[in-house]
Amino acid sequence: MDFLNAIILLLNYIFIPALTYGSQLALGAIFVTLIYGILRFANFATGDMMSFGTMATILFTWYFQSLGVSLGVLPTALLAIPFGIIFMILYMLLIDKFVFKYYRYQKSPPVQFAMVSIGVMFVTQAVVRIIIGPSDRRFFDGEKFIIKAREFKEMTGLNEGLALKSTQVITIFVTIVLVSLLFWFLNRTKTGKSMKAYSDNEDLALLSGIDPKKIVLVTWVIAGILATIGGALYGLDKSFKPFTYFNNMLPIFAAAIVGGIGNPFGAFLGGYVIAFSEILLTYAYKKFFIYVLPESMEPEGLVQLLSTDYKFAVSFSILVIVLLYRPSGIFKGKVL
Amino acid sequence: MRKNLNVIAAYSIMMVLILMVGIFQSWNIALSIFNLCLISAVMTMGANIQWGYAGLINFGIMGYTALGGLAAVLISVDPVQEAWRAGGFDILMALWLIVVMVLVIRFILKRFEKSKIRTYSIAAIIISGILLIRFSAEPGIEAIEAVDPAKTGFLGGFGLPIVFSWIVGALFAGGLAFIVGKVALGLRADYLAIATLLISEIVIAIIKHEDWLTRGVKNVIGLKRPAPYEVDLQTTDWFIRLVEKFNSGKLSVIENLADRQAALNQLVIEGSSVFVKLCYSGLFLVVVIILLILTQKALYSPWGRMMRAIRDNEEAANAMGKNVVKQHLLIFILGSAIVGIAGAMLVTQDGLFTPGSYRPMRYTFLIWVMVIVGGSGNNFGAILGGFVVWFLWIEAAPISLFLINFFTAGIPETNALKAHLIESVPYFRFLLMGLGLLFIMRYRPKGILPEKIEIK
Repeated sequence: MDFLNAIILLLNYIFIPALTYGSQLALGAIFVTLIYGILRFANFATGDMMSFGTMATILFTWYFQSLGVSLGVLPTALLAIPFGIIFMILYMLLIDKFVFKYYRYQKSPPVQFAMVSIGVMFVTQAVVRIIIGPSDRRFFDGEKFIIKAREFKEMTGLNEGLALKSTQVITIFVTIVLVSLLFWFLNRTKTGKSMKAYSDNEDLALLSGIDPKKIVLVTWVIAGILATIGGALYGLDKSFKPFTYFNNMLPIFAAAIVGGIGNPFGAFLGGYVIAFSEILLTYAYKKFFIYVLPESMEPEGLVQLLSTDYKFAVSFSILVIVLLYRPSGIFKGKVL
Repeated sequence: MRKNLNVIAAYSIMMVLILMVGIFQSWNIALSIFNLCLISAVMTMGANIQWGYAGLINFGIMGYTALGGLAAVLISVDPVQEAWRAGGFDILMALWLIVVMVLVIRFILKRFEKSKIRTYSIAAIIISGILLIRFSAEPGIEAIEAVDPAKTGFLGGFGLPIVFSWIVGALFAGGLAFIVGKVALGLRADYLAIATLLISEIVIAIIKHEDWLTRGVKNVIGLKRPAPYEVDLQTTDWFIRLVEKFNSGKLSVIENLADRQAALNQLVIEGSSVFVKLCYSGLFLVVVIILLILTQKALYSPWGRMMRAIRDNEEAANAMGKNVVKQHLLIFILGSAIVGIAGAMLVTQDGLFTPGSYRPMRYTFLIWVMVIVGGSGNNFGAILGGFVVWFLWIEAAPISLFLINFFTAGIPETNALKAHLIESVPYFRFLLMGLGLLFIMRYRPKGILPEKIEIK
């Protein structure tokens, strides 16, 4: 019985939250990696673009709520996401046309692109804050829990409860569907393959008649979808605050690089690597050991490797280690 | 003279702008803008040395600034004897353990050939070392943090004058830069940017959460000052007489003696804070001028020429026998040290250390906007960038408020859109910075005052 309790404990406090957080990071990381692989720059506006997409989603959610439209037990935001995506893509294409296109034609070095993306970051941040304000917003409605901790305890007779939030299930489900679709698109369709070819070797791809304009367009469309859905899922699960989104850029970058930048599958797994290591290293295992170990060996302290304050620092340290020992990432991405 | 015309013109315009703030808003605001412009200028010079001279991208400016600030705390605060007694020994033991760990790793690195076993054993040493240090220092840290937590709860500093911290801040930042440089400088430019950004976040996380050293988010307030206190000035005779002399015209108009005394008191209060700010301006100006002279000398020295050669063509410089790795590390340390000075200056001016306020937007990206806008590779440009961008950053809100009111003059105050826009005035500074950066990058990619190489 104690053993089961211990497993439920880990499931409830480590596995499910890490899986959710990892999914959110993974979507962002694939976004970073796609931009890096195909447009060839580190996009420092990542977090703010995600917050832009989320903002559009929230505005549509409010609109639907005012109309009285709802999805019943599911959050209304799911209905608003497609509209948010459209706005996000339009915004990205606008930015690309007025900002990035010029440097692409100039064949500017990646550093210059990165600087320009900082300009975009400032502008996007201003736009989001001017439109929706900097405060914390919750836009979740519908049923909050699928399984409540108390119900679970009554059902199974265990000491530990397992709470399953609907946002967690939605996040994991949507991520799986979206990522499978994306990989199907990249590996099976002609456009996807040409994107890969373009990313591998631009000149060769151009020689074989691939239209660069189309590649760039498709990249931004996919990026818009990923950014909006990733951002909206994060906002549903936690809350929407522009500043938090800006900060999330850092673990997202870490995930993309750990997975091997330029490699979408690596970025996908990188998200989970970062999320699990953040939570595994900062969780206090005291209760777990109380269940597992005999009474005489019970630990005195919290048995926490690092205090939760260092959550971000964990992922960054992992990144630094990976950069040092395996600069191309766990799964080989573009060679540095 | 003639060829420096644009420099002189740009600086005169800048000065006129600040004077205008003084005349139209208040001298207090003008001087506080001016002081922060000077600090920003020091930071920009540091970033400019790395980016403009050597082409190294350092997005970790925030971390070095915070370390400079930490130096100000550690130098100027009086030591907390009780805390030292409570946990000083444990902390010293932990420090000693760290030194031992580093020495052991160095020994292994020197002694054995590169192999998987070596890597794993080093990793094992680091992990077990961290655990050992954590468990041995834990009681000491807890004891220190328990010492009067509302007021101290940390070890305190050395109780020296705060101006010394400017040098120590440079040393701290340089030390960190040495470690970061050893680790990350081999990376390609954009990876280096990301790595330095993330490392600076780690530094901030440590400063925020190691309460025994920095008091963390509880902040350290009331640091010593190199300048007199306003309250003291207001009761000093010579200062009151000085204010009276300055404003004799204004005061003589007032007939009533009591009214005149009241007016004088008001002027003294205002004057005292202006005077204190002027003291800071003087100190900061000295630092800026010294740094400017040094950096200019360096730029035109053979060393500066070598740095530019490395920046423009690394392979060629390498082939000419220049040690690129070593020079990169050197310039990375120098630039970061200058940023560290600025961090210490900032805390000196504020008189308080708030680790929670270090955010990458303000301390990394804004500084980069300054470097790019001012003109990378040109020290005068970098300083100008610091001035222009900081001035706009502060004055963006009034300017945009004015513009909004101007363009929506016909719309009634109750209009929802107008009210919303006026409410969000503080965020127009981001817009202004972003657009400014994008326009400069596009139409004047070398900045307002571009790099100019004279062969002497």
